[in-house]
Amino acid sequence: MEFERRDAPFIAPTSDVSSIMRHVLFALVPAALAYVWFFGSGFIFNLIVASLFCIAGESLMLRLRGKPVESTLMDYSALVTAALLAFAMPALTPWWVTATAALFATVVAKHLYGGLGYNLFNPAMVGYVVALVAFPMHMNLWTPPRLGDIDYHFMTIAETARYTITGTFPDYLSFDAISRATPLDVVKAGLNNMLTFSELRAYPIMGDFGGRGWEWIGNFTAIGGAWLLLKKIIRWQIPFGVLMGVLAPSSLMYIMDPGINPSPGFHLFTGGTILCAFFIATDPVSAATSDRGRLVYGFGIGFIIYAIREWGSYADGVAFAVLLMNMAVPAIDYLTMPRIVGHRLKKQGDR
Amino acid sequence: MSSPAATYDLGKLHGGLRLPSNKMESTATPLQTIPVPDQLILPIAQHVGEPAHPIVGIGEKVLKGQLLAESYGSISAPIHAPSSGTVVAIEPWPVSRRQGDKAPCIIIECDGEDRALPAAEETVPFNTIEPDSLLRKILQGGIVGLGGAVFPTGQKLMQAATMPLEYLILNGVECEPYISCDDILMREQAAEVLGGAQILMHALGLNKCYVVIESDKPEAISAIGESMATLDDDRITLKQVPTIYPSGGEDQLVQLVTNREVPTGGLPTDVGCVVQNVGTCAAIWRWIVEGEPLISRVTTVTGPGLTTPMNITARIGTTVADVIAFAGGYTEHAKQLIIGGPLCGKSVTTDRVPLVKATNCILVLDETAGTAEERPCIRCGECALVCPIQLLPQQLFWYACSDNEARLRSYGLTDCIECGCCDLVCPSHIPLTASFRNAKARIQELADEKARAERARRRFESRNERLEIEKLARESELAQQKEDARNAGPAAIEEILKRQREKQDQDRES
Ligand code: SF4
Ligand code: SF4
Repeated sequence: MEFERRDAPFIAPTSDVSSIMRHVLFALVPAALAYVWFFGSGFIFNLIVASLFCIAGESLMLRLRGKPVESTLMDYSALVTAALLAFAMPALTPWWVTATAALFATVVAKHLYGGLGYNLFNPAMVGYVVALVAFPMHMNLWTPPRLGDIDYHFMTIAETARYTITGTFPDYLSFDAISRATPLDVVKAGLNNMLTFSELRAYPIMGDFGGRGWEWIGNFTAIGGAWLLLKKIIRWQIPFGVLMGVLAPSSLMYIMDPGINPSPGFHLFTGGTILCAFFIATDPVSAATSDRGRLVYGFGIGFIIYAIREWGSYADGVAFAVLLMNMAVPAIDYLTMPRIVGHRLKKQGDR
Repeated sequence: MSSPAATYDLGKLHGGLRLPSNKMESTATPLQTIPVPDQLILPIAQHVGEPAHPIVGIGEKVLKGQLLAESYGSISAPIHAPSSGTVVAIEPWPVSRRQGDKAPCIIIECDGEDRALPAAEETVPFNTIEPDSLLRKILQGGIVGLGGAVFPTGQKLMQAATMPLEYLILNGVECEPYISCDDILMREQAAEVLGGAQILMHALGLNKCYVVIESDKPEAISAIGESMATLDDDRITLKQVPTIYPSGGEDQLVQLVTNREVPTGGLPTDVGCVVQNVGTCAAIWRWIVEGEPLISRVTTVTGPGLTTPMNITARIGTTVADVIAFAGGYTEHAKQLIIGGPLCGKSVTTDRVPLVKATNCILVLDETAGTAEERPCIRCGECALVCPIQLLPQQLFWYACSDNEARLRSYGLTDCIECGCCDLVCPSHIPLTASFRNAKARIQELADEKARAERARRRFESRNERLEIEKLARESELAQQKEDARNAGPAAIEEILKRQREKQDQDRES
């Protein structure tokens, strides 16, 4: 009998990129539900816009680069980028802002660097930063979370749709009536105005640890993250590193002076810390690869997030922290290369 | 006294995989013996090193156990006739080493009588033989590493004998899925295995031996345990290790059992260990005690594409087609034929290839592997996580694609044992192992070419040098002549002038 010739090994691999990306998307569902509950339907509109433009950008670039479009789209990585963008954007964002971010993420950050696997920077974070720089006003329009005891106008679906499409409010609403400072903004401004952290904690937008609503989104994000850990889609090093990177300096400062320093819990449960730890920093392509390297990489991101919040001019620093550490990845990879079995430890080597 | 005690004081191995073993199918039936076929095909290259040199002529009658081809060069092993018959041809035939392409083989038409060569000498108890002569004797048995590496055992032991040694390690860790020939062999021939170990300890002057078996082989463990109890040799210890692929690799086993790392480019003997496969030990026992050279082996015939998976004892040279027919033939789903295991084996194009000394498994799969779509590496690092050598396969792959030899070296390409773990976990389905194999071959080719060029250059240079020296010699000779002439000049001229004057004088006088 005659047979075909193939290369060993002859056992098929058990995982594939599409299934990894699908897992990531599923893991974001609890966080998405929480987000919609607290901040309204804007998230859904953002997600739709981001998905459409990420897929459009990806398809366009694949066609231009002469790559198979359909099978590559099936790796779902464009949708993961879109989902992360939707989380990063304020709940109310006109479509062109999200579209700009999505196109920048896929066309420039991903494909001009060579497509999935070759991008140096996390595409979603590049898209976010571009939008932040290009549309600072829109990107700083945050609405307060839906909470029974805060008096404000919770946007209806129709109003949200109208704003997303036209960027305008109906006559009875205005920018100022809608927007509220985020807990991070409040704390930053408050501390600058010589208020103590415990005074700020008493504000109605503050929850048990972080901002009210925000901390619940954090919890639901962490559930998804834990599921990814369990499924071994991500490994513990990066999330642990990020959380430690935020916790270590914030705890230290809080212990030294709890009056002027936000608590470590506040840092953990406000802004994008949890999302970053489990979903953004863990993007394998732009992260360090070795176990030790990933700890360093994660810690670096966490620390920079803390540093930007504490000493920077932006209220939150997730995107910048990730992009900065993306740049450090080649160096981290080089310095944390594992010792090959049978080779001597570098230090003992006489070469 | 020794019971099958579990000992887990093991060194730690990086990475590795727990794989579905798929061994139950082939161990369900006891070991079967295939009858001697009508024709035996014996490749002259069945071992690592130089092919053996045939010493029989076409038409010559041979007896079972008779030497057919002798060891040639510093690393080689002889080949013996597996049964009696007539040498009908020495010609190229499809072989598994070349995936079904042809290589020179000695072909024997068997006479069915299976007459053995009368023993040349009386077999004496091995412990009365000098270690040196015992080692030389092992060289002549045609024995090679039966775990699949087929390094000539005699030469391996000769090298080991020159090193300070501590442990003999018997490798009963058959970690690759589907393969169960060592398991069955240990169950059925435990005494031979341990006997072989005693011979080896005597030959190498060792007094510590570990028999290492994976914990998923309880029958083998108890068989060896029982045999140890009868033998009552307290130099031999049984060690159980967890079932993790690829802990059966020689260097990995040493690391697992002794917690010593074999240095890069080195051998287990560098850390005081000699590793022998359990099947090889039984073969040594059969040669030294019973005088039978390596002419048969135990092989697993299995896979979803086969009717009755089993383990068989077959004469070396039986074709794979014969073996498969014996095991009930293919099922209708048979898609791929593999000689060896599913991770380190080789696919072959035809079942006309013979079973050789290296053939530990004949695997028939029902689907063609490697059809999954390949995507770019997403740097997930899973490959590095499972690599037992702690390499960074994703980086190696990158450098293999760009043919960056310097980086390939510094990232440890030559340390890769081609275990295939990285392929199995790669979500992008990148054929990493194949690319490493190819990169190694390319580098070897380049090195060979460089060596050739270097030799040519040296030859050319030495020729130039010779010519130069000759030229210089000629020149200096010429110069000497001129110099001589110049030194001799005035006197000679004087002489001539003198003679001329005398002549003139004479003329005038007359
Ligand atoms: S094939 Fe080589 S690189 Fe891949 S896991 Fe095995 S030793 Fe490591
Ligand atoms: S497992 Fe595959 S995709 Fe992941 S890092 Fe290794 S080569 Fe890249």
